Amino acid sequence: MTNTNMSNSNTSSSNTSSSNMKLGPLTTLLMNDKGGRRLLAVLAALAILVPASNLLMPEGSIFHVSTYTMTLLGKYLCYALLAVSVDLIWGYCGILSLGHGAFFALGGYAMGMYLMMQIGDRGVYGNPDLPDFMVFLNWQELPWYWLGFESFTFSMVMVLLAPGILAFVFGALAFRSRVTGVYLSIITQALTYALMLAFFRNDMGFGGNNGLTDFKDILGFDLQADTTRAGLFFCSALALIIGYLISRFIVTSKLGRVLIAIRDSETRARFLGYRVEYFKLFVFIVSAMLAGVAGALYVPQVGIINPGEFAPLLSIEMIIWVAVGGRGTLFGAVIGAILVNYAKTYFTGAFAEIWLFLLGGLFVLSTLYLPKGIIGLWMQMSDKLTKKLAERKAVNLPIGEKV
Amino acid sequence: MSSILSSSTGKHIDNSPVLYLDGISVSFDGFKALNNLSMTIEKGEMRAIIGPNGAGKTTMMDVITGKTRPDEGTIRFSSSAAEAGQKNTDYDLTKYDEADVANLGVGRKFQKPSVIESLTIFENLEMSLKGGRSIWQSLFHKLSAEQKIKLDEILVLIDMAEKADDLAGNLSHGQKQWLEIGMLLGQEPELLLIDEPAAGMTDEETMKTAELFKTLAKSHSLMVVEHDMDFIEALGCKVTVLNEGSVLAEGTLQEVKTNEDVIEKYLGR
Repeated sequence: MTNTNMSNSNTSSSNTSSSNMKLGPLTTLLMNDKGGRRLLAVLAALAILVPASNLLMPEGSIFHVSTYTMTLLGKYLCYALLAVSVDLIWGYCGILSLGHGAFFALGGYAMGMYLMMQIGDRGVYGNPDLPDFMVFLNWQELPWYWLGFESFTFSMVMVLLAPGILAFVFGALAFRSRVTGVYLSIITQALTYALMLAFFRNDMGFGGNNGLTDFKDILGFDLQADTTRAGLFFCSALALIIGYLISRFIVTSKLGRVLIAIRDSETRARFLGYRVEYFKLFVFIVSAMLAGVAGALYVPQVGIINPGEFAPLLSIEMIIWVAVGGRGTLFGAVIGAILVNYAKTYFTGAFAEIWLFLLGGLFVLSTLYLPKGIIGLWMQMSDKLTKKLAERKAVNLPIGEKV
Repeated sequence: MSSILSSSTGKHIDNSPVLYLDGISVSFDGFKALNNLSMTIEKGEMRAIIGPNGAGKTTMMDVITGKTRPDEGTIRFSSSAAEAGQKNTDYDLTKYDEADVANLGVGRKFQKPSVIESLTIFENLEMSLKGGRSIWQSLFHKLSAEQKIKLDEILVLIDMAEKADDLAGNLSHGQKQWLEIGMLLGQEPELLLIDEPAAGMTDEETMKTAELFKTLAKSHSLMVVEHDMDFIEALGCKVTVLNEGSVLAEGTLQEVKTNEDVIEKYLGR
């Protein structure tokens, strides 16, 4: 869908000489974003090729992607969208949220509630109105906050609204009181921890520590079917592409530059007449909603949502993805999320007990030696290479001139 | 003094002072940073503020720009934006916060140059341009032809037209000061508060800055805090000496220099 637009805009143009050429909106958006263009091209290709090879290729073929692998990749894509949402606030606006898992989990719970309602009377207790855990707790009727979740549209609205409203309330309080830096990080961590404890309670009506699981189908499609899995994978890739473009639109606008100004010098932004708290609140809400969408796509693919997703450790892991990939680049966040999670899948399988040490080590190493992450390293190396090539040319030139 | 005033009369419709501080007191943990400070800046006036460390110069700017709330006193800011059809042109600045005060027309330059280092010179200036402070306006902002002209003017004025696309972080200290002054101009303020503009500048740059300010004074009101006496002499404007949070003396640089109190408390014998 995006290939034609992406490939024809290699010329970088400076701000002052902004051309009079008529450019498509997508082209202008990705003009100076070579990494982003490549990433989106790869994602668009994956979105089509992976489901196609899963569904169309015979099982023995080397081109066949197993359903397990596809679901795993789909999970990574959800994490990548989550990482983009973290990078949007941390990389561009300097808001280090150590509680972003809360928004991810809320989006996941909204989706989980919809999936629970879809089970209907196919549960263990066969109650057509109440999910199993409520029957188990001897509840007689659906609590008010579960009403409406039998509708897919309503649930999808809640996927956006639940994280959005939490971000609005929390952000309005924190940013208005000018809580910044470490203090903000600590209260975001407290926020997700408090939510975790609350969701663990059976009385909350979200399934307690078992969470929501045993899902059967989504929009009438069987969740265990390969076609449904393929569809979910496609949606995850699409969500990541759209989320990336939205974030890219924000950071390339003047608003994005105001965010950078806030990150670099909050007082300067204030004295320039920008209402810093509004800008922070705006980007915080957008980021929370993106995280919510990521959570909503994650839940049907892994088949469960429980309070463990609120765990502070997970929120810290997200920061590591972004730091390893390269903060403040958006596509670095995607690469970081996929790489670290691939490593996690591998190491928790091979040497489960050392994974946390490795993760910690990775964070320390990337902070010390890769302040701009893998992307920064890559850019540095390619810069050096082009410089060397240029030098070689320069050395060769005089000789060439004589001839 | 009179020459400065006469050069500006006629530009402005009414003659009420642009800034009127009355009985301002601020204390931090019992320490009186400002003590019953009163001062008036006329429209189109350039005023230099000097005084020893801790005299309250920066606190005064904090109070004017809404960063610090005074314990007592009022600050009236009279904008000549009457032409723009605004009803109220007389504001009590103690009731507004930083962003409001900035948008009312008071620009401030900090002691430490504070430009946005990871943005280009052009982007820094673009962001400073008057108007478009809301979320939606920023999100869908497009430079108008007028704004482009304005930006080019500022770039020429601060002598950075050739390197508009350089990162502000790569500028020298003195150049950052100039960029910040350029950003002030982008805001199109009525009154400019400038904290130690010559700090870290070479002698040549200092003199160039003084010239720039004299040009600015033709269309703005300026309040300049500075330690550098040569610079103040070059400005050739009325001088106010602050000491222990209140005004010690006021007059031409020559008058102030010969004032007994000033010699004793600030200049030293």
